[in-house]
Amino acid sequence: MAESGVTATVGAARTRGQWLSMVARQRELSLVAIMVVLGGLVSIGAPQFLTPSNLSQVASLASIIAIAAVGQALVVITRNIDLSVEAMMGLVAYCVAIVLERHALDAPAAIAFGLGLGLVLGMINGVIVTLLRVPAIVATLGTLSIFRGVDYLIAGSHQVPLAGLPPGFTDAARDSILGIPIFVLVALVVVVIGSVVLRSTRFGRQVYAVGSNPEAAAILGIPSRLIVFTAFSLCGLLSGVAGVLWVMQFGTINGTSATGVVLSVVAAVVVGGVAIFGGSGSLAGAAIGALFLGFIANALILVGLSQFWLQAIYGVVILVAVSADALILRRIARATAERRAR
Amino acid sequence: MTIQVAAPTAPLVELRGISKHFGATAALTDVSMDLRTGEIHGLVGENGAGKSTLVKILAGVYQPDSGTILLDGETTHIHGPAHSRSLGIAVVHQEPRLFPDLTVAENVFIGHAPSGRLGRIDWGATRRAAEALFDELDVQVDVGAPVRGLSMADQQLIEIAKSLSVEARVLILDEPTASLSAHEVERLFAIVRRLRDRGVSVLFVSHRLVEVFDLCDRATVFRDGRHVVTTAISELTTADLVRHMVGRTVSLFPKVETPIGDVLLEVSDLTRVGVFRDVGFSVRAGEIVGFAGLVGAGRTEIARVLFGVDQRDGGEIRLGGTPVNFANPSAAMHAGIAYLPEDRHQEGLVPGFSIAQNVTLPILPRLFPRFLIRSSAERKVAHEHTEQLNVRMTGVDQLVESLSGGNQQKVVLAKWLASGPRVLILDEPTRGIDIGAKVEVHRIISELAASGLGIILISSDLPEVLAMSDRILVLHEGRVTADIPRARATQERVMFAATGSVAGDDHPTAVTEATGDVTGGGLDG
Repeated sequence: MAESGVTATVGAARTRGQWLSMVARQRELSLVAIMVVLGGLVSIGAPQFLTPSNLSQVASLASIIAIAAVGQALVVITRNIDLSVEAMMGLVAYCVAIVLERHALDAPAAIAFGLGLGLVLGMINGVIVTLLRVPAIVATLGTLSIFRGVDYLIAGSHQVPLAGLPPGFTDAARDSILGIPIFVLVALVVVVIGSVVLRSTRFGRQVYAVGSNPEAAAILGIPSRLIVFTAFSLCGLLSGVAGVLWVMQFGTINGTSATGVVLSVVAAVVVGGVAIFGGSGSLAGAAIGALFLGFIANALILVGLSQFWLQAIYGVVILVAVSADALILRRIARATAERRAR
Repeated sequence: MTIQVAAPTAPLVELRGISKHFGATAALTDVSMDLRTGEIHGLVGENGAGKSTLVKILAGVYQPDSGTILLDGETTHIHGPAHSRSLGIAVVHQEPRLFPDLTVAENVFIGHAPSGRLGRIDWGATRRAAEALFDELDVQVDVGAPVRGLSMADQQLIEIAKSLSVEARVLILDEPTASLSAHEVERLFAIVRRLRDRGVSVLFVSHRLVEVFDLCDRATVFRDGRHVVTTAISELTTADLVRHMVGRTVSLFPKVETPIGDVLLEVSDLTRVGVFRDVGFSVRAGEIVGFAGLVGAGRTEIARVLFGVDQRDGGEIRLGGTPVNFANPSAAMHAGIAYLPEDRHQEGLVPGFSIAQNVTLPILPRLFPRFLIRSSAERKVAHEHTEQLNVRMTGVDQLVESLSGGNQQKVVLAKWLASGPRVLILDEPTRGIDIGAKVEVHRIISELAASGLGIILISSDLPEVLAMSDRILVLHEGRVTADIPRARATQERVMFAATGSVAGDDHPTAVTEATGDVTGGGLDG
């Protein structure tokens, strides 16, 4: 009698654990589900929310954040963080805009230059973290300041106006292919390539191993520092992509462009289910996190909330996402332990 | 069979029938012992005998499952570490737990500093009180200096000063001498004796039998979580003590007799400063060489150097006759060495990875030279290797952390076997796994040796080492104290060498073996 009771409890714990771990693993789906429900609710009060033009506008802007968030996610999975993404985006954006205004390069060359610059900035972060062994949070706080400072120095009070860019350069921000905004397609390509690399290459496997268990990685002879360096470099490259898209999106660029974006980027990564202590999470999650936050922001504005509320609600969303993670992880751990103790 | 001595003083602490389980493992079973006012009481036993558990129960870290603790004759429940301290029990750990950035005085009075008006801490008074305590101990320490950078010995004295500052009646020293020099040990003992003469009860937990004889008034021996004997030290010989410590019998998987082949690994004069020195041995194909010794003897550290995790300071390693020098584990792995680490959670497995992903991690470059991982091929390889070891799982896609301890260990083993090693180093391969899985791991080890691998088996489980090894290398404080062939290996011999109780008094043949590879314990003389 007592025995059957015990078995029943363990059985329940097991199904609960499995259910929870399923929810935890389907983070991307849960976010999409919440977006759909919220979208329905918001469109009742603000019919303009569900119009194609509003949706594609929101999606385009969110795609820029999503691309930067993919880079950030890569770094976070290795147990690091890159706070300098917005400064890299801003510096790339201004440099691309100014070479175009001065006719130093044509559009394709300017874009390539922007991506190359982003890659170099990311490599600088990588070197500081892996060779000088400065903790990532401090190192990138430093480069956040430095990159932004350089941006101010180059730009001064100058602002590149829309008219300074070659005609048609900013069209990509509004054009779409088969009804899908081009920026969304770019983000999709980045996520797909990134996911394949993480899922199906040695490098990807090692990224997770280094973030999940550095000691085990060391015993296995995995070149941790090279992996971390590569992650920072790729994050720089993707920030470069985001910087170029920023120019197309806004047209007018000065030394302060993209200020404050790092908050949205890190928020997207965390909300998208990437563990802040490394080792788990997906790039698709980070991208969907960016989309999720973008839609929430837009919806809140449309229902008439002020910009100030927006910041606070962003914060709440992040905290809810992270504490839900912690809660689910604890539950899973307990359920697993109970199952094992059997 | 408890031998009682006439009690000159009343017991200050009395334990009655204490038991403590962790899951299915019994750490302590029905243990009774007492600690008298003004005595130094030695507590000895093998690794895993239950000494640490007992210390933690007295320190309030663990609550016993059953049994009672009497303090001054009154039943007392120790609710937690803070309560234990308030009862006058102080513990000095092998590695002192101090705040390195605070000063000596701040550390001594952490949580109970003398306070002045409005509850502000009176730093002047704190300093003076700390100085008074160190004067009392007759030790020169700058109480205003930060703890960071002080020697281990000084840090232990700070722990002792801390216990004096709260007027502890019971002082527990948990392996306090492991990292001290002979001179520092002398100083510590002088202080401990003075404290005893002032009426403090001291529980002295140590692996070093010489010290137990030197310092203690009485000694208690634990074995397998049970109380074996408590007796006055004057009525004991080293041989008695060793005999009480060992003597376990566990039915194990019978070793398969295997022909021994050529020398695979040869190590001579291997030294890593401050960790181990002049270590020499060889491993042949088909041979299992057991590494016995107590915690901290340097066994794992030797393995880490062999595997290229740490670097040696001197000596030579030859693999298949050629001198080798591994800059990192990948190099060692390529050369054919595999190392199953001591802590499978910390160093062995990657949580969040499936069984297949864990198994193929070390061989990804060889398996997929063109960068892209083909999931089907990966699963096939993982399946072969886990099948061979009989891992109980729903499939190779199962997450490793959902497996039982024994099966996790088999996955770690599968991982290393996938790398195709010639020499396999196993560090505590059966620790914390149940008896069924243990027997199976023994079977696997035996079969691997039979297939021509050279195996180094590091284990604190004495019967396991004796049952599995063709030869046993015993280490004590970073030195090889004995190299015993299978036929002559007994628990007593190994324990003698492992405790540094070098033969000469009552067991002249205990350690001196055929190889003559006896360098003596670190503490004799």
